[in-house]
Amino acid sequence: MGSRGLARLHGLFAVYKPPGLKWKHVRDTVELQLLKGVNAGKAPAPEQRVRFLLGPVGDGEEKALTLTATSVPTLTNHPLVCGPACTSLKIGVGHRLDAQASGVLVLGVGHGRRLLTSMYNAHLTKDYTVRGLLGKATDDFCDEGRLVEKSTYDHVTREKLDRILALIQGSHQKALVMYSSLDLQTQEAYEMAVRGLIRPMNKSPMLVTAIQCIHFAPPEFLIQVQCMHETQKQLRRLVHEIGLELKTTAVCSQVRRTRDGFFTLDDALLRTHWDLHSIEDAIQAAAPRVAAELERSLGPGLGTQQLQDPGRPWDSRGPSSALGLESCAG
Amino acid sequence: MVSPTPAAVHVGEGARRRGPARVRRCGTVGRVRPGRTSLAATPKQTESVGLATADETKTQPCLFVSAFCEGRGRKPRATLRKMALSAPQIPRWFNSVKLSSFIIATQLRKHFPRPGKTLLHGFSAQPQMSSDNYFLQWGFKTYRTSSLWNSSQSTNSSRQEIGSAQGTLLPSMNEQTQKTENIPSFDSELSLEALDDLPPVSPLQLVSEEEAIQIIADPPLPPDTYTLRDYVDHSETLQKLVLLGVDLSKIEKHPDAANLLLRLDFEKDIKQILMFLKDLGIEDNQLGTYLTKNYAIFSEDLENLKTRVAYLQSKNFSKAHIAQMVRNAPFLLSFSVERLDNRLGFFQKELELSVKKTRDLVVRLPRLLTGSLEPVKENMKVYRLELGFKRNEIQHMITKVPKMLTANKRKLTETFDYVHNVMSIPHHLIVRFPQVFNTRLFKVKERHLFLTYLGRAQYDPVKPNYISLDKLVSVPDEIFCEEIAKASVQDFEKFLKTL
Repeated sequence: MGSRGLARLHGLFAVYKPPGLKWKHVRDTVELQLLKGVNAGKAPAPEQRVRFLLGPVGDGEEKALTLTATSVPTLTNHPLVCGPACTSLKIGVGHRLDAQASGVLVLGVGHGRRLLTSMYNAHLTKDYTVRGLLGKATDDFCDEGRLVEKSTYDHVTREKLDRILALIQGSHQKALVMYSSLDLQTQEAYEMAVRGLIRPMNKSPMLVTAIQCIHFAPPEFLIQVQCMHETQKQLRRLVHEIGLELKTTAVCSQVRRTRDGFFTLDDALLRTHWDLHSIEDAIQAAAPRVAAELERSLGPGLGTQQLQDPGRPWDSRGPSSALGLESCAG
Repeated sequence: MVSPTPAAVHVGEGARRRGPARVRRCGTVGRVRPGRTSLAATPKQTESVGLATADETKTQPCLFVSAFCEGRGRKPRATLRKMALSAPQIPRWFNSVKLSSFIIATQLRKHFPRPGKTLLHGFSAQPQMSSDNYFLQWGFKTYRTSSLWNSSQSTNSSRQEIGSAQGTLLPSMNEQTQKTENIPSFDSELSLEALDDLPPVSPLQLVSEEEAIQIIADPPLPPDTYTLRDYVDHSETLQKLVLLGVDLSKIEKHPDAANLLLRLDFEKDIKQILMFLKDLGIEDNQLGTYLTKNYAIFSEDLENLKTRVAYLQSKNFSKAHIAQMVRNAPFLLSFSVERLDNRLGFFQKELELSVKKTRDLVVRLPRLLTGSLEPVKENMKVYRLELGFKRNEIQHMITKVPKMLTANKRKLTETFDYVHNVMSIPHHLIVRFPQVFNTRLFKVKERHLFLTYLGRAQYDPVKPNYISLDKLVSVPDEIFCEEIAKASVQDFEKFLKTL
């Protein structure tokens, strides 16, 4: 049962990391649940081994001693003697999320871990919804941090916010082109830039490819950010800087990743589904998509990796349409 | 002087240095081999003293006898005595081997018995083998006495014991042979003086068919190992324990436990304790889990166990209750009567409950008696001072949910903080539903946020659409969604993905 259970456990899948949990804790919990599932198979049949036993053979007066091969039961491979068949699983984590953030967390199990490297090298963008609160400033840009400053925000309107966000997007657009080290004088590069497909394929600072305000109800506002090479702390700092640009202050109350590459919220497994069967199904469901996207992004060669279909939502379009539950008043 | 000491020392030290979690056993001593290499074993062969191949073990037992014989040219008896007296000279190989070897060797014989006649036949045909056997018996005797004197192993102490045991060795050899019943006594046939007159055995010597069959060619058991897997097929005790359901893989993580189990004999020691546990009321299928946790009960005296059970009965615990307590807290019977008495007294004083209520509490959560008392004292202070509950409220909560006494302080305060400050539930309502302290905080948070989103977060019993705390935390997800939140599970999951 153990080996059968493990055979299908190779690939990438996404879990929904709840806020308040460290990513490592999530990875360890998933590993424990998978181990429980893998070791839960029924006990194997009792084994036997062959021993050559000495015994008298033959009847009557003549009793010759011979070795006879007999099958005797053996307990050497009994699960109560050896322990569980599987004691650890190799699970890797893709782009990490810090403790206060929540959202899609991609995990790779078994041979799928090398796909995590491929995903990293594909430099795909990620979608976040960031909730901000006007009027406060704290030391770690989070609403639970130490309060540094308080300010009024009556003068802030939706138009001002949109203007600021457009400015941010524009400046990052320039940075995108710069870090992608493309020569814009060529026709190919120009066409790609027109379609918005340029992005850096090596290390770069945080770049925002698209940013948009979804909901504005002062003091709260909700923005959707499409970015790459980011950390959640930099996103909170972004909210703080938006507040400064609006001539007030802002803190971030929620950072939630809605898409990581080609894994969306629909693919993410909730805590109640962190068990062997659900994860196996999720791996199987995601496998063809993963293979196709990675091949498109990384192969057949480095030179052509910028050529992608405009139909793919995660590189060309802006932030995807907001989900119905985004605008909860809280 | 030909001395096997250097290599043996090396072996002993190496064996000791290799690691703590070891089950020690001497595999070489159990082998009887006719027709092996010459007694004129060169000193160089001492280097291969050891633990690995059959060839080496063949030479090993006769090494010391031969070495001394060759080196000194004196009679073995005197030589052996001299060897006996010079205790440091006795290779530490002996010291590092524990009595487990003796028991296992005899159990080995019992398990795979060879007809005694065969053995005898073998012996009489090959008299020099007897030197080996004598040597084996000497070895057995050594280990047996050393075990009588110290049950816990320490190589240094056993060394002295071996030294002093030698004085009693030769006269008591006769008793020894009676104990190892499968090794027949052949003292009458052979005396030590005859060892000198034995011609050396050459490997090219022709061996009859019958003797050839009797050559044991099984790989020897490892003298020490990290798992009990290597010994389980050769030890009846271990096999019977596995069939009972004891998880050896967990027990072997404690090295002393593994050594203890190997040393025990099923008939003599284990059976009585098992009968006692069954009389107590523990079922057959529960014995396995019990013994996995509390394997140390085998080293307890049966009289002590009976006294403790009698004490519990004297405190008016019914037989069924005692069985339940022992099942849920396996270490209960390993506590002495005074200790149990102290703990019961502590709970009575600290919680200030009536005798009957204290009894019920202890029956429900017997690990209160076996666990540490410091967390309980801390938690009582936390409830009283930090969370602000009154004494009668704490008593009520504890009788309803005894686990609160041993809960984690940090989790308690976090849960209380959320329930009281965020959900705005007053103290008297929390007292009525103490189960909230026993649930995970994330569950409470998720459900409360969902209800708030739906507008159904009403925890005041006076107002309509009141939701009680225990309905909030104790019901499974489906019932919570359908009846309390009046939404579907998919909606709940969608909501969770927005948190």
